[in-house]
Amino acid sequence: MTLDITDLKVTIGGREILRGVDLSLQEGRVHGLAGESGSGKTMTGLAVLGLLPHGARATGRIALGERDLLTLPPRELNKVRGGEVAMVFQDPATSLHPMLSVGRQLTEHMRHHLRLDRREARARAVELLGKVRIPGAEEAYGRFPHQFSGGMRQRIAIAIALACSPRVLIADEPTTALDVTVQAGVLRLLRGLCDELGLAVLLVTHDLGVMSAIADEVSVMKDGLVVETGPRGKVLREPSHAYTRSLLDSLPGETA
Amino acid sequence: MTLEIKDLVVEHRSPGRPVVRAVAGASLTVRPGEVVGLVGESGCGKSTLARAVCGLNPVTEGSITFEGAPVTPLGLRRRTLTGVQMVFQDPYASLNPRRRVGDQIADGLRTARDGETDPADLLERVGLPREFAGRHPHEFSGGQRQRIAIARALAARPRMLIGDEPISALDASAQAQVATLMRDLAVDSGAGLLFISHDLSVVRLIADRIAVMYLGRIVEIGDTAEVWDNPRHPYTQALLRAIPQPDGMGVLPEELPGDVPDPAAPPEGCRFHPRCPFAMDVCRVKEPEPGPVACWLHEPA
Repeated sequence: MTLDITDLKVTIGGREILRGVDLSLQEGRVHGLAGESGSGKTMTGLAVLGLLPHGARATGRIALGERDLLTLPPRELNKVRGGEVAMVFQDPATSLHPMLSVGRQLTEHMRHHLRLDRREARARAVELLGKVRIPGAEEAYGRFPHQFSGGMRQRIAIAIALACSPRVLIADEPTTALDVTVQAGVLRLLRGLCDELGLAVLLVTHDLGVMSAIADEVSVMKDGLVVETGPRGKVLREPSHAYTRSLLDSLPGETA
Repeated sequence: MTLEIKDLVVEHRSPGRPVVRAVAGASLTVRPGEVVGLVGESGCGKSTLARAVCGLNPVTEGSITFEGAPVTPLGLRRRTLTGVQMVFQDPYASLNPRRRVGDQIADGLRTARDGETDPADLLERVGLPREFAGRHPHEFSGGQRQRIAIARALAARPRMLIGDEPISALDASAQAQVATLMRDLAVDSGAGLLFISHDLSVVRLIADRIAVMYLGRIVEIGDTAEVWDNPRHPYTQALLRAIPQPDGMGVLPEELPGDVPDPAAPPEGCRFHPRCPFAMDVCRVKEPEPGPVACWLHEPA
């Protein structure tokens, strides 16, 4: 097990947002987290990185190897964030800095975490841009986010997340802001990287189609609780919980 | 009572940049009581087309006529054309945050010279409690706000309703509901509905006809069931194949290689040929005629 979340509870201002979430991520597997908005999917992802909003209290255990990320001192946690655990956000238009070149955003954390010098960091950045299939990686290095299309920006965001060779990747609705044709490309990329690099991926999405396409395991959340967990085929084809069934029934399309 | 768009061209001019032809010769008809879904990737010009229909973007060439009269650009004067109403993408931006929603709906009623209807009646029609008329937009969720925006558009008694990505800012759970609501309300009042979205699965649910747009042109148009079950244009086929199915089989959706070309410099010949798997010699030199399917593979004999 790469990452184990046990009995995670989060309260904000006296309100319980997560009420005991258990999840476990494994190397080379994509774990999908489904549920409607407000069910706590995003909060689960943020809790792993210690990015919960101000005034939030988290209890339980998030174990990365031997360490518990919830009790780690801030300095140690900073080493984990962006290093061993990385995140891809929903909207690449806002998650990338508009005024900094792609190269700068790709190398900043590499130089900090991996202590690379400028030349090494640049070489690695260009290699990463190639890996996420950005055409003309050398030229792309010096360009700015607004010069790329939405799909390309999300690929850059993924490259940034992969820069320090993380073991765990948290992708929060990574394709929701993209067109279907572009989404297909990004999903293929994520799946390929997961297999190739042995990443443990937590894929947060409300789209059960996306889930079915790339997740190995699926968990369904409702009101801060995981109501069902299991292999993809089982959860999506023979859901045992009434809520999962109602989610599947509400979809437009052939399966409805 | 019909909206007719004929060979419409809309250009965006900005100083120091080449002219961008956002809509490059599109023709479309929406009849009363009919729901037409317009789909395409972002940047294909579908929003520009919707804005031109409401007079929000000037028409460069071609014509837009509504009930026989041309659609005039929106100016400072009070407009006479109130039969076309629009629901915008983002209800967080399209509603005035400082006015009560009841007052904003009343604006629409005033436009229709309707002194009798209570704004609360319209709230009821979109499925919200009557008491909500006294509240401000920030007290509502995204789905509720979009319902209010729909109520406001309906208050003006439109004979043509335009929805410019009205559901893309909403949660997945609210999307299908709001789309169905828009369809039902438009059809019940006998108005036509032009529904613009990039989400094919929702369009399929509510539209009578689907028009697929690519780089400023409509490449395929036809009855919903026909387009969905038997897409003829390679671009439509690619769009449909890219939708992941929630069947639990773990099938990766097919990718359409390449990006949408720059509309300022569209490719020669058929606009889709650089990305088309079936591109022939003729596709590179000559643009296919617009028709139900604008493709050399399906040239009418």
